[in-house]
Amino acid sequence: MAGQARSRQNTVTPLPYQGPILTALSAVLHDSFGEVRHLFFSGVIMFLKPSRRLALASLISLSTLGLPAHAQTEIQWWHSMGGALGEWVNDLAKDFNASQKDVRIVPVFKGSYDESMTAAIAAYRAGNAPHILQVFEVGTATMMASKGAIKPVGEVMKEAGVTFNQDAYVPAVAGYYTAPNGQMLSFPFNSSTPVFHYNKDAFKAAGLDPEKPPTTWPEVALAAAKLKTSGHKCPFTTSWISWTQLESFSAWHNTEFATKGNGMRGIDARLSFNTPLHVRHIENLANMAKNGLFVYKGRGNAADATFVSGECAMATGSSALYGNVTRNGKFGYGIGTLPYYPDVPGAPQNTVIGGASLWVMSGKKAAEYKGVGQFFAYLSQPDVAAASHQRTGYLPVTKASFELTDKAGFYKKNPGTDVSVTQMIRKTTDKSRGVRLGNFVQIRTIIDEELEGVWSGKKAPKEALDTAIQRGNEQLERFQKANKG
Amino acid sequence: MDKRVQFRSAWLPWLLIAPQMAVIGLFFFWPAAQALYQSLTQQDAFGTSSEFVGWLNFERLWEDASYLASFKTTAVFSLLVATLGLSVSLGLAVLANRVVRGALVYKTLLIWPYAVAPVAAGVLWLFMFNSPMGVVSFGLRALGLPWDHLLNADHAMALVVMAAVWKQISYNFLFFLAGLQSIPTSLIEAAAIDGAGPVRRFWTIVFPLLSPTTFFLLVINVVYAFFDTFAIIDAVTHGGPGKDTAILVYKVYYDGFKAMDLGGSAAQSVVLMAIVIALTVVQFRFIEKKVQY
Repeated sequence: MAGQARSRQNTVTPLPYQGPILTALSAVLHDSFGEVRHLFFSGVIMFLKPSRRLALASLISLSTLGLPAHAQTEIQWWHSMGGALGEWVNDLAKDFNASQKDVRIVPVFKGSYDESMTAAIAAYRAGNAPHILQVFEVGTATMMASKGAIKPVGEVMKEAGVTFNQDAYVPAVAGYYTAPNGQMLSFPFNSSTPVFHYNKDAFKAAGLDPEKPPTTWPEVALAAAKLKTSGHKCPFTTSWISWTQLESFSAWHNTEFATKGNGMRGIDARLSFNTPLHVRHIENLANMAKNGLFVYKGRGNAADATFVSGECAMATGSSALYGNVTRNGKFGYGIGTLPYYPDVPGAPQNTVIGGASLWVMSGKKAAEYKGVGQFFAYLSQPDVAAASHQRTGYLPVTKASFELTDKAGFYKKNPGTDVSVTQMIRKTTDKSRGVRLGNFVQIRTIIDEELEGVWSGKKAPKEALDTAIQRGNEQLERFQKANKG
Repeated sequence: MDKRVQFRSAWLPWLLIAPQMAVIGLFFFWPAAQALYQSLTQQDAFGTSSEFVGWLNFERLWEDASYLASFKTTAVFSLLVATLGLSVSLGLAVLANRVVRGALVYKTLLIWPYAVAPVAAGVLWLFMFNSPMGVVSFGLRALGLPWDHLLNADHAMALVVMAAVWKQISYNFLFFLAGLQSIPTSLIEAAAIDGAGPVRRFWTIVFPLLSPTTFFLLVINVVYAFFDTFAIIDAVTHGGPGKDTAILVYKVYYDGFKAMDLGGSAAQSVVLMAIVIALTVVQFRFIEKKVQY
């Protein structure tokens, strides 16, 4: 190569106008060609009339996929379950496919929750959306507002002719995915709630009782101090800051995170998490951060890995971390309830839902909807739902599956697994029913950004919460304006 | 001296540039026109309704203090990426050009990173600096320099700049090396006979003769820093801490692909497009005058 370059010494002067082409080419080469072709076709289709979109899209999919070999109805299911949870999803599809002959569920991993949602939206615009899409709870308001793009699950089940009793589902879970008119809009597939995870081995090493996790925030601070004295570098951390420390924190203390019942009663809700209680809690966490008792490990679920690896001794995070820790954690693992402030009247109330639900996209054939309905009915069967709950740590979908798990003695054998259930299956109040807000993805990012200012000591807690509310309310106002009609 | 080729035929030149125009039209002009159109509309996530809103998306941007602040972040980031990227790769190219034994190995290793996708590059650097397990952050801690890109804005900026520069070095290196090899050896030898040392030869002969390459790479690197780095930012910092590494193109990506606000995202990309066009014009009008072809 060197020799060649030298022999052509005078011909290789780079010319400026090669630049754009090279960058364009490299961009093309970086992606797989399939992706590029797909993007191109999606782009073309986007500008056709809706009536023509479908025709062209089906033409393209026929030309690229070929005709299906069987007369089976194929159901595309886009999800975001990686690792141990991905195996769970694949097993569900496999077992359902083996249980009957007419329908074949094809689960496709489409990246993280926001990535699969983006992919589905692009696919919907191109006229080839999946039948079933898994959407995280923060996307719920967006999905609800997109009436033309989705088909309510209640409707799908009715048309499929499968037995469907909305009361069979756990109310605290199903209620979140139910429209004000009482119709269930999406299937509550994998719901979780924040719980308190702790490392029993670290507790022992620090002289703490491994069977008694701290239940209040003052106790957490004390335990963290002891862990630190015993040489632990990361006594306490948390994933999903907004979900665990503000949303669930509010419901747990029977205080509103946002007005209008946290947005459950209308899209004109506004954020309200700057009460003295909220400020006190963030101040408490900021002090813990200053003293090295609380270590910030990043946005989203970045902190989960630090608990599983044993680096952090205590963490608030999703109850669905259970499957991961039991599989990959090399320490005694305990689960406790989310901490609270004992002097607050009404606390602890209940925590709020997280995780995701399955939405059915519009514009599909009747036979396909029937298949979707059958699949959802299968997922709701007590034994299937109970097995899922026990395997993953997600909440039981139906009351029957909870009772089945209880009767089988699962909670006794695996102490701590009932924490999420007891936190959720309680009488909820108007203030604790759940948080359902428009542009919630942005609001959570805003909260992340503002609170990072607190952890680094740049911003006072009150100031950060006030700014987060002001910036978040702008998002709510926009959502309200965009969806008024 | 006029180097232009004169075509007699009226259509032949058009035919010859047609394939290139087709590629540019398809991958640049058409999407750009779409962005212009979308920036004036407001759509819901699934595109079931689209409303013409005029300048609303732009007005919102000017009201957003954090958007205005990200201009400064972008300027700092781009300046660092372009200057560091150019100087490091020029240094490497000069050194690689002098290597006699095993030159192929060095060159291959230096060109290698270009094949790495931006996200992978970001994750790679993130691993190295991940506290407390990352190789580099572990070493820094041992030296008494605790590394925390999650909460320290300077560390975060340094990390994304390093990843972005590393990703671009290969490209710059390739062009610098080609540029160096096209400098006639006779000039350098003549200077050497006249008694000029390596440093003097570099600054008085090599560097001026490289100026077309340097200028071309400057334009390319600025464009790269402005447009192609969002994946690195997303993988490494998500724009944090706060918004301290949220450069303009990252917000375009975030608003468009995470927040599903296509109108707002399109408006930002139009602003970005205007900035880069302006920058490129400035570069061609003023900096190119100093270039000796």
